[in-house]
Amino acid sequence: MTSLSTTGLLDVESIKADFPILSRTVRDGRKLVYLDSGATSQKPRQVLDAERAFYEQHNAAVHRGAHQLAEEATDAYESARQRIAAFVGAPASELVFTRNATESINLVAYAFSNATDKARQGVALPEATKRFVIGPGDEVLVTEMEHHANLVPWQELCLKTGATLRWLGLSDEGRLDLDALSSLLTERTKVVSVVHQSNILGTVNPVQEIARAAHAVGALVLVDACQSVPHMPLNVNELGADLVAWSGHKMLGPTGIGCLWGRAEVLDSMPPFLTGGSMIETVFMEGSTYAPPPQRFEAGVPMAAQAIGLAAAVDYLQAVGMPAIAAHEHALTQAAVASLVAIPGVRIIGPATTIDRGSALSFVVDGVHPHDVGQILDSLGIAVRVGHHCAWPVCRRYGVPATTRATFYLYNGLDDVIALTEGVHEVRRFWGVS
Amino acid sequence: MQVESLYQEIILDHYKRPHGRGLREPFNTEVHHVNPTCGDEITLRVLISGFGDDMVVEDVSYESQGCSISQASASVMFDLVAGETVDDALRAQEEFLHVMHSRGEAEPDEEILGDAVAFQGVAKYPARVKCALLGWMALKDAVAQAATAHEEDLD
Ligand SMILES: Cc1ncc(COP(=O)(O)O)c(C=O)c1O
Repeated sequence: MTSLSTTGLLDVESIKADFPILSRTVRDGRKLVYLDSGATSQKPRQVLDAERAFYEQHNAAVHRGAHQLAEEATDAYESARQRIAAFVGAPASELVFTRNATESINLVAYAFSNATDKARQGVALPEATKRFVIGPGDEVLVTEMEHHANLVPWQELCLKTGATLRWLGLSDEGRLDLDALSSLLTERTKVVSVVHQSNILGTVNPVQEIARAAHAVGALVLVDACQSVPHMPLNVNELGADLVAWSGHKMLGPTGIGCLWGRAEVLDSMPPFLTGGSMIETVFMEGSTYAPPPQRFEAGVPMAAQAIGLAAAVDYLQAVGMPAIAAHEHALTQAAVASLVAIPGVRIIGPATTIDRGSALSFVVDGVHPHDVGQILDSLGIAVRVGHHCAWPVCRRYGVPATTRATFYLYNGLDDVIALTEGVHEVRRFWGVS
Repeated sequence: MQVESLYQEIILDHYKRPHGRGLREPFNTEVHHVNPTCGDEITLRVLISGFGDDMVVEDVSYESQGCSISQASASVMFDLVAGETVDDALRAQEEFLHVMHSRGEAEPDEEILGDAVAFQGVAKYPARVKCALLGWMALKDAVAQAATAHEEDLD
């Protein structure tokens, strides 16, 4: 193990000191080895403090009322929007707060079904909104490696509108079958929604190339960036997509806050998803008009404390530096891939290289069900995810019922990679497959 | 290692050498159950005979894919219910369900549960309770369907 590369690593000990939970023990005094950041990340004190400070000093309903606290709360919320948007290279006006990535993606899928419903009722739609009206003969393109959050909403949309769902398949190496892209993309394709980094395979997809091809046929492009915004420098303009969705809780932020970035003219052309207070312009008994984005998509009293916590998370990530975090994870992934493939009977599901892959590392141990792998690792204090990772079709594609997945983040070190490797040896010993 | 309270010898034995496995003819009902959190699956058939209080589970046959806990649980269940009356089979199902939902607090009735008492440790691992219940929930479903169908046949 001493030969593992140590170049490009962050000072993990000082980072860990900011995450109270990482110093606790689990399962009878075992040191916690947290390798499940792909599911949700841990939170630094700075994020917890920001939420607490908001509640202790500024709490009020955002965008309602004119008292001092309401002003301060609104300022804090809008400042959070501005900082989070800047983190991905966007103006604040292009960033919509949602509950999580799942809601962000549904917001876009519902823009299509709501526009379609209105068109069916003969409601006059603005010219730019008509691209959201779809029906039989139209197509939605996803990939076989989508998280259920970026698959089921599109299946539902197709069921409701009569459009057809198509998908890009996968190669045995865990990559998209891009050769099929040109035949799948046609004038019929109205929306293309792809994951940037797969949460199960770790594959980083060539989103720019896909977006360019999709735009050439006039399709709208949504990117599920849940596993990329937390882990790599990302500029939404360079990505080439029209819309980008992600969750706050996977990037050191609180639960209950997600983001949807959209190019101004795209957001502007989208009908609302949830409706009610805060998202309106005028309301009469006979009907209402709606606020411009982003407010149009933020019905109800918003999750201010969570937005403020997420902004603190963004500050934290920026202070460490996203390029440094990406390099750190790359080094850990390299070490983990090398250590795991060296264990007999261990197979990586997804690219077995570190080229165009992130730190989500799925594997199977021959002869041991992933649940039983995870349970032994858990008994050693190692928290990994087992199951189909909300990407059931991927498991079917690779003929496995489930996988064990480790994910690395800025607070993991080489000692965690070593713990994982030794843990997998223990799994094989316990189950008598070594 | 504390995890040994979960993976008791009896459980590991049933996992390695499952009893009653394989789908058999004849049968009244076949059901397919999945555990949506992990993708484990079981296809289970039951054959019922007799009627009223004497209705008997003649055979339970199954094919399944899953972890040690779900596999062993189906095997132990086969031993407990095949050849027993429907009433006894359902009583065992209820007792097992009760123990599994007790967080390890319930004292399992060995008279009713036999080898299945070894699963008491599973109840302390909430994430694994569904694994242990997969076969039993399929059994309950299949027996209910089979009993209804069987009674209609007698009418
Ligand atoms: C790639 C990907 N997409 C979407 C999601 C859904 O995120 P959330 O559950 O926070 O809405 C996740 C996280 O589970 C993910 O990893």
